[in-house]
Order: sequence, then structure tokens, then C-alpha cells
Amino acid sequence: MTKSRSVGSGLLLLVIGGVVGYGVGLGLDFLVTLLTTGSGKLNFSGSVAGLFTLLSSVTAFFFGVVGYRGITRGLNWQIFGTLFGGLFVTGIRFLMGMRGTQLFGSFFFSEPAWVFGALVGAISFLFGVGALDDWMKWARGIDTPDHHEDVPGWEKYLGVSLDHKVIGIQYTVTALVLISVGGLFALIFRTELAQSQLQFLTSTFRLFNQTGPQIYNALMSLHGMVMIVSILLGIAGIMNYVVPLLLGAHDMAFPRMNAFAFWIAVPASVLLLMSLVLGGFETGWTGYPPLSSRGPVGVQMFFLGVFVAGWSSILGAMNVIATVLRMRAKGMTAMRLPILVWASIATSIISLTATQLIGLSFQLVMFQRLLGMGFFDPAKGGNPVLFQHLFWFYSHPAVYVFVLPGLGVISELLPVFVRKPLFGYRWVAMSSLGIALVGFVVWAHHMFTSGMNEYLRVPFMYSTLLVAIPTGVKFFSWVATIWGGKIPNPMPTPFLFTVGAIFVFLLGGLTGPPNATVSVDLHLHDTYFIVGHFHDTIFGGFVFPFFAALYYWFPKATGRRMNEFWGKVHFWLMTPSFLILTFGMMRIGLLGMRRRIADYDAALGFDTTHLVLTICGFLIATSVLIFIINFFHSVKNGEKAEGNLWNSRSPEWQVPSPMAAHNYEVPFEVVGEPYDYGLPGSKYVEFAPAKGKKH
Amino acid sequence: MRHFVIVGILVILMAGLTYVGLDSAGLMPVQASAQSVPIDRMWNEQVIAMSFLFALIVVPMFYSLIVFRRKKGDTTDAAHVEGNTRLEIVWTILPFFAVVLFAYLGGNSLAQTLRADPDAMVVKVTGRQWSWSFEYPDYGVTSKELRLPVGKQVHLQMTSTDVIHSFWVPEFRVKQDLVPGRVTELRITPTLVGAWKVRCAEICGASHYSMETPVVVTSQEDFDAWMAGEAALVAEAAATPEGRGKALVAANGCTACHAIDGVGGNIGPKWNGAFGEEVELSDGSTVPGDEAYLTESIKSPQAKIVAGYESQLMPTYGFTDEQIADIVAYIKTLR
Repeated sequence: MTKSRSVGSGLLLLVIGGVVGYGVGLGLDFLVTLLTTGSGKLNFSGSVAGLFTLLSSVTAFFFGVVGYRGITRGLNWQIFGTLFGGLFVTGIRFLMGMRGTQLFGSFFFSEPAWVFGALVGAISFLFGVGALDDWMKWARGIDTPDHHEDVPGWEKYLGVSLDHKVIGIQYTVTALVLISVGGLFALIFRTELAQSQLQFLTSTFRLFNQTGPQIYNALMSLHGMVMIVSILLGIAGIMNYVVPLLLGAHDMAFPRMNAFAFWIAVPASVLLLMSLVLGGFETGWTGYPPLSSRGPVGVQMFFLGVFVAGWSSILGAMNVIATVLRMRAKGMTAMRLPILVWASIATSIISLTATQLIGLSFQLVMFQRLLGMGFFDPAKGGNPVLFQHLFWFYSHPAVYVFVLPGLGVISELLPVFVRKPLFGYRWVAMSSLGIALVGFVVWAHHMFTSGMNEYLRVPFMYSTLLVAIPTGVKFFSWVATIWGGKIPNPMPTPFLFTVGAIFVFLLGGLTGPPNATVSVDLHLHDTYFIVGHFHDTIFGGFVFPFFAALYYWFPKATGRRMNEFWGKVHFWLMTPSFLILTFGMMRIGLLGMRRRIADYDAALGFDTTHLVLTICGFLIATSVLIFIINFFHSVKNGEKAEGNLWNSRSPEWQVPSPMAAHNYEVPFEVVGEPYDYGLPGSKYVEFAPAKGKKH
Repeated sequence: MRHFVIVGILVILMAGLTYVGLDSAGLMPVQASAQSVPIDRMWNEQVIAMSFLFALIVVPMFYSLIVFRRKKGDTTDAAHVEGNTRLEIVWTILPFFAVVLFAYLGGNSLAQTLRADPDAMVVKVTGRQWSWSFEYPDYGVTSKELRLPVGKQVHLQMTSTDVIHSFWVPEFRVKQDLVPGRVTELRITPTLVGAWKVRCAEICGASHYSMETPVVVTSQEDFDAWMAGEAALVAEAAATPEGRGKALVAANGCTACHAIDGVGGNIGPKWNGAFGEEVELSDGSTVPGDEAYLTESIKSPQAKIVAGYESQLMPTYGFTDEQIADIVAYIKTLR
């Protein structure tokens, strides 16, 4: 590796690539308008210039960091795949005589060309990055080794690796990148909301062929979807890294599929970002038709991005289930599984079986737009409410996909820190499955005002309220675990985040039943009350536990620990800001603040509250920035922590950190209960005494 | 045992304080409809349950975090308590009954909001990007704002001409989506004289945020007087083309995008001076703003696009030729 390859040179190339891309895009746009209308116009804030800036700057950045291989090659292939696919369809349309404005729309390609191009681009990415190399070789009859040894150093994270630990970190870092992007979007529109009236996203503002309110809607919608993808990647990161270690497996069951599932998420994320520059989409992340069947081509990029990201989720879930079923250490019976593994199983069952429905519902709208089909078009006998059923059949259980692993992390970490067994292990384990199963029959509570059959609302109220029971079991068991424990003093950062998670998730949980009760929901639906409730559940069920898990397992991955002081600053800055944020949201929601609006009636008197909410938003962003700096700085400079830092009984902490390439050099056998803290002489795992011993 | 007593007392205190705090904070807007009464009662019952459960979890948790802190120098583990099956059954069964109770109460309160009055006044509501119109079939009047007499149930029959919208007046509580291709219903009995706003609650595109229009609740006498005035205006307007055109413009909410006399949106070109002046188009050419141009622009809005208004294109409205002639006649009066 030459010295010139570094993040610094990446950033330099990012700027250069951006400027060059902008110039090329601007020029192309000029040429196209010149050819089609006869008079060229320089559209400085147009879509084409924006698209080329986005793609070339990102690719150039990675070129600067690792050179032309791995992700750089993938992104490059994606760009050329997109162009090739688009030109292919354009050519066919040309031969069919579909010319004029159909040939060169305001986006250079017509909509079918964009969609096909984007799909080809996403698949090309996989070829370019090398995620399909082994399978292609097998197809040609060439054998490949079971494992590919990774190059030492950090460059392995930017190319295809089959090691679940590398893939886990790839997932986690990608999730952090997307959280930053989604958070940045939130800061932009939160700033617009700080005062009533439109300040900078006005009707005369133009960016990517969109007006200010349209950009507001696009950023708001993308904030939702980018965050959802980042959560899916975040939980996949935790599950990928930790589950095989907890099981005593040397890797996931299908390492190549594992790599494929991660790498498919990268072009999916690029597609989501492309939607912003290709005209945006202003439907909210729910993408209800008919609004979504009319918007610009950005809507299609959003649909396609989610569709492709869904593959990642489905394949990843399949891998987790297979790994847990087949690769447990000797003696690890169902009731001796670590609780996080139970949560991962519950989550994966949902991902594996429900994700198809969101893909399907989006695909139907795509076909409606591309092929003139009428699934949701009343003029053609379609039904717009049908879309909502299909969409929520995934998207409600999806919320449990987001939170179950987090709840598993809470249950996993609590006993370690309070030095007491997890209270009611079986009940906690089964409550995860209970939530997952009940979650499949509650979807229509998102549709109480939608115009579906009036009487159908009552059974869905009953089923939705049932979710409170297994969730309650978890809360009671956590409190009973903490009760009488030995609370660490001072509290380490991961424990702080665990406690914070319980508190915040409690607020999310308690504000849930009013939404489930039909009559009250008639008032609450589509207001900021829902926004506040949802952020509470997601922060409590994912964000706080995710940070807890990162602080907790960071030493396992690096052999160093993150800085405790800055970890506590992160916690004490984020928690109060976040609580004020969601309380404020719920308060104005009850008083009449609708969700997804670029501006609000000054007569409502929400200006002061909104200003406070915006300030809180910036404080949360600051705390996350502190975390990210701490995270990357500690990789090389953190305090060394190679032993059993948290004094855990779990197998991964019984061997030195960082973890060896193929995990445990000596296999272990499960000889006791996982959380028997306080039982003298008890052991969870025992490592085989010597090599060569029969087992 | 001592710990349990202290925590028990604290839970009751905390639950009481939380409820009193939330209740006195004034969480809901003013009650302006009969339907808001059962909803607010149900909400209040929810707040009681929330306050209690909040205390039940938070108090023992924070009590433990403070009281059971590790003493300096103590390196032992805590007592080995694995669980308690009886306790687990209790905190599974009791919530189950609570859930059934609340679902039952919720069903009751829903039924009260749906109660239909056979004498209800019918109002046909149409939502479109981004305006509302209200038709009173009994009076033959169409209005941009919703006028209602106090104490009388109104039966809203709602539909949309384009995308999904949602009818919501926070002071009335209840909410219902407007779905293209079908009619959805909502029943509201205003109980308070005053002025509020209908606010579209389902995202419907760029100007979703501004899709609001006044709701005015008056006494029956004032309502009748207003209605008589509107009916007279309708009769008067129907006599001339520009009068009919003006009524069409009002009923279709054209001013959501087109400003008249400085009032209205800036999504499409303003109408004052649209007739008679040269119009600059987005491809750089100009056309005279005559009757032919205006007619074409209503019939096929995309045929000629005014410079500066390229980003949001107008939909076609399906007017008849006579209606278009009336609208053009009205635009001609705007100088």
C-alpha cells in the first residue's frame, strides 16, 4: 500500500470528482436541451448535473481511499451499468419509433430507461465489486477455497470479504454513514420548521428541478427511508458480528450469501440517494398511490432502492436462521441459547417472510407506472386502499424487525452489568417470538382512517393491544433483573445506554395503546403525536441499544475500548435532548400539528416549541458526531482492552481480543446456563482441554 | 420487604403526580363537537393507565439504580435469582384483562363517535391538490369554506379527484381520508360556535402544508342568513358568463395555485392581466394572451408553459367547452 492511499486523498478526490461530475452533467444537460428544443440552457441546479456530481464524487472518494478495486470498482460498474441499461432501452424505444419527448425527457432518459438502467446498474455493482466471483467460477467448473484469507489492515473492509466479523463491521459502518446522511436530511428540514412560514425552502427556491416545498417533502421522505435502511443494516451488523461468536461457530452458514447480502445494500443506498436528484419523491416513505403513481422518476428510484435493499434483508435473515439451527456449539440447547440469539431468530423470521410484501407493493406501483397496469388506479378498477394493506403487512412487522434485536441487546447486557441472572429467561425468550407472531396480525391499525371497512377496525384494535402483553413481560423482567442487582458505580457507557433504552422504549410503548384504540386514533393519526411515539420506539428499541452494543463489543473487534468520558458526554447530551424532542412533538401533535408538512399555521402558536425541537435536533446530531469521532479515533488510540473487559460469562469474552480470524481456536462446549451470575462455581462454557481430543 | 413498601408508596405517588401533571397541561385542543367527548374521555382513561404503568416501571428501576449501587471495594456478584414463574404468570394475565377492558372501552367510544342522526345535513366534500370545496345539495350552494350550524349533525360525503387527502379539524377530533374513486363518510355534530380550520392530514404533494380552509360554526339563524346570501349570489352569478366562471373558479379551488388580485398561490401564473398581455413561455417564445391561448391552457395545460412555472404542471380538469368559455370570460374581467 502506498502512502498516497488515505482518507485525506479520498476527500481531495471527492471534491475534484464532484466538480468534474458537475461540469460533465451540466454540459450533457445543455447538449440534450440543445438537441431537443433547439436552444440550449444551462440548468445549474438541474437533475443531470446533480446526478453526475453525486456519482462521480462518491466513486472518486473511494478511488482515493483504496484505489481501483473493491467498492470503487463496484460503483464504477454501477455507473456504466446504469448508462448501458438506459441506452439499451432508449435504443429499443427509438427503434420502436417512440421519439420526441419520450426519447429525451427532462432527465435525459425516459422513465423506463431510468428504471431498467438503475436495475442493471445495481446488478453490475455486484459483478464489479466481486460479490459474485466464486459463484461465477463454480458455474465455469473452477474450484475456489472454502475461505479466502483477507489482506491484513483496514483495506479489507472496502472489498468483498467472507469473514462474518468483517461483514458485520462493514454493515455497522455503512449503517453509521446512512444514519449521518439521514440525520443531515432531518437537520435541513428541521431548520426550515424552526419558524412558521417558509424561510429558505420557498416556492421560488430551485434544486434538482424541485421547488422548496418539494425538496422539503423529498428530504422528509428520504429521512424516513434512509434511516430504515440504516437500521436494517445496523441490526444486520450486530447479528452478523455477534451471533456466530455467541454460538461458537467459525462463520455464518453461507459466507458468500452473507457477502452478497451486504454488498447488495450498497447499490440500494446509492439508488435511494439518486431518487433525490432525479426529481425527488414527495410521498413520505409510505409511497401511497395515487400520489406515488404520478410523481417524477425519483419515485421509481426510491421504489427500486427499497426493492433491492429488501433482498439484503431476506437473504441476511435466511443466513441467521440457518446458522442458529445448524452451527451451535455442543450442548447449546434451545433454552441455553443467549437471549440475543432468540431475538435474532424472531427478527429473522419476520424479515424472511414479510419483506416480500413491501417489495411486491412497490413493484406493483412501478408496473402501474411503467406498463400502464391499474392495480391501484380507480379509473381502471383498481383500489388505492389495497396498496396500504400490502404495504403495512410488511411495514408494521418491520418495526419489530427494528426493535427486537435491540431488546435482545438490552436483555443480553443487563445481567452482565448488574451481576444477576436474567429474570425469567424463558419468558423473555418467548416474548420475542410472541411479539413477532402477534406483529403479523396488526397491520391495519395504520389504516383506521383510510376508508377500509369500518367494522374491521375493531378486531385490529384488539390484536394491536395484545402486543402490550409480551412487551410488558420484557419490561417487568428487566426491572426484576435490575432489582437487587449490584449496580456498577460509576456506570460504564454501555450500561448507561441500556438503561436509557429501557426508559425511552417505555415512553414509546406507553404512547402506543392510544394509537391502537380506534376512536382516539381518529384524532392522533397522521399527527406529530405519531412522529413522537415512533421516534421513542425506534430510539428505545434500536438507537440506544445499538450504541450500547457498539460500546460493549467494540473491544472485541479492536482490542481497544472507546473513550469513556466522551461516551458519557454522548449519552448525557443525547438523552435529554431526545426526550425534549419527542415530548415536544407529541404535545404539538395533540394540539393539531399534522405530520409531513413543510410549514405550519402561525396561528397555532407552535413557533417556540418548534424552535426548541430544532435546537434539540442539532444537539442530538452533535452527540452522534462525538460518538463517530470517538469510534474512529479509538480504533487506533483507544485504551487497550484485550481481556474479559466486562467480566462476562459469554464465550466470546473468554478468549483474547481482538477475535482471531476464524474465531475460536479451540471449540467450546456449553455446560451451564448463560446468565447464572451469582452462582458460585457455575460455568456457561468450557473450552476443550487439548487439541486432538475426540468430541 | 422495606424496599417493597417504599417502592409501593413511591409508585402511587409518582403515578398520581404524573397523571395530575399531564391532565393539567391541557393536552387536547378545545372540544367543539359531540364526537370529541367520548374520544377525550377515552384519552383520559388512557392517560390514567399510562401514568400508572410509567410509575410501575420507572420507580423500581431508578430506585434500584440508586439504592442497589455497588459499594466501594465490593467485587461480589448479586444474589442468584433466576425468576419466579408465579410472578411471570401474574404479569401476563393481568395485562391481558387490562387489554380486553381497554379494547372494549375503545369499541364503545368508537360506536359513540359513529352514532348517526337521520336528520343530519348532507355536505359533499371534494378534496383536490390543494384545495377543498363543500357542496350543500339541499341548497344548491358550493363553498370554499365549511359553514355549519351549531348543534346539528352534518353528514360529510367525501371524495377526491386526484390523490388521497384527509379531512381533519383538530377541534372536532375525528378524521377520515378522502379516496379517489369512492365516497367516504364522516359525521360531526358541532357543539361550539367559533372558527377553526380543516387541515389535510394525508400527504398529498408539494403544497400539502397549505391545504387548509376555514370552518365556521354559527347559530342556525346566522347559518340560514349566510346560506340565503350564498344562494342569491349563485342565482345572480348564473345569469352572466363571467359570474358562472367565477363560481366555477371558486368551486374548483383554482386560486390554490393562481393568484387573483394578489390573493392565492404562486404555483401557476397569476390571472390579473393574463388576458391581453404578451405571455413569455418556457421555451423562450411569446404568445399573445388571447381567448384562444387561455382556452387551450385550460384544456391542455401542458401545451404552452409559462416561463418560470415548469416544475409543477397543472392537471386537466375535464371542464365542458361552455364552462371553459365561462372561466375565460371571468379571467377577461381581471385586469
